[in-house]
Amino acid sequence: MRGFREGFKTGIPIGLGYFAVAFSLGIAAASAGLDPFQGFLTSAVMNASAGENAAFIAMKEAVPYLQMALITVVSNIRYVLMSFALSQKIDPQAKMIHRFLLGFFLTDEYFALAVSQEPYCDPFFSYGAISFAAPCWALGTALGILMGNILPARIVSALSVALFGMFLAIIIPPVRTSRPILILIVLSFVSSFLLSRFTSLSQSTVTIVLTILISGLGAILFPVKGGNDET
Amino acid sequence: MKHNFYIYLLVMGISVFAIRVLPLTLIRKPIKNRFIRDFLYYVPYVTLSVMTFPAIIDATKNPYAGLFALFAGIIAAYRQMGLFKVTLICCFSVLILELFF
Repeated sequence: MRGFREGFKTGIPIGLGYFAVAFSLGIAAASAGLDPFQGFLTSAVMNASAGENAAFIAMKEAVPYLQMALITVVSNIRYVLMSFALSQKIDPQAKMIHRFLLGFFLTDEYFALAVSQEPYCDPFFSYGAISFAAPCWALGTALGILMGNILPARIVSALSVALFGMFLAIIIPPVRTSRPILILIVLSFVSSFLLSRFTSLSQSTVTIVLTILISGLGAILFPVKGGNDET
Repeated sequence: MKHNFYIYLLVMGISVFAIRVLPLTLIRKPIKNRFIRDFLYYVPYVTLSVMTFPAIIDATKNPYAGLFALFAGIIAAYRQMGLFKVTLICCFSVLILELFF
C-alpha cells in the first residue's frame, strides 16, 4: 500500500500536464462533433494523445470502420515497443491481471515510471500514479469539449497547440544524439506538408502512408547500432 | 459524423488494447528480426512528426502564430525542458503573437 501512495504523489505532476493537453484534445474532439460525455469515454478507454487526435480527425473525415482500425494501430504502434520492453519488467510470478491492467494504461509517462524501477516494477506504484493522472486525462478532454465553445477564440487558438507541444517534447530531445532521427523528422515534415497541400489525400491516409514509408526507409538506411531494447 | 460514434470507439478500443496487451502477455522474448525492430523504433518519431506539421499551422487562427509556436517548441524541447514547459511555451507563443497580428 505504500507503493500506491508514493505512486499517487508521482502522478500529480503527470496529471496536471495531462489535463492541459487533454483540454486541447477536447477542442479537436469538439470539431469532430463529439459531446463531452463521448470525449470523456474516448479518453477513459484510449489513454492516448496522438492516437485519439488521429481518431478524431478520422471521425471528422468519416472514414470506414476498417480504416479506423488501421489508423488506430498505426498511430499507437509505438506502444507495441513499450509493451515488449515492459514485459521484461514485470515479475514472472506476478498475477496475469497486472499485465492486463498495466497494458491497458500503457502511456509514455506510465511506461517511464515502470521501467525505471529495479529489478521489477511495483504494479501498485503504477496504479497510484494512474489513479490520479488518468481521471485528469478523461476530465480534461470533456472540459475541453465543453469550454472550447465558451472561451474566447484567442485562448482556444493558443490552447489548440498544446497537443503539438507535447509531441515536440517527445520527438525533439533524441535529435541531440541521433542524426537519423533528425533526418527522418525533417523528411516527415516536408513530405507531410507537400502531400497536404498538393494532393487531396485525407490527413489520416497521409499519416498511415508516410509512417510506413518513412519508418521503413529509416530501417533500411539507418540500422540501429547494437539493437534498441530501450525505447 | 456519418458513422456511429460507439462503433468507432469499439473498433479503436479493441485495436489499441490488442497493441498494448498482446506483446505484454503473449510474447515475452525480444523481437529478433532486425528490420522490424528498427522499423518499430523509428515509427513514433515519424508518426508524431507527420501529425505535427503542417497541422500546427492550420490549428491557429493566424498560421504564422502556429509556425512561431513550432519553432519555439522545437527550441524548448531541444533544451530538454520537459513536456509541461514545452507545452506552455507553445501556447504562450501563439497567445502573444496573435495579440499583435
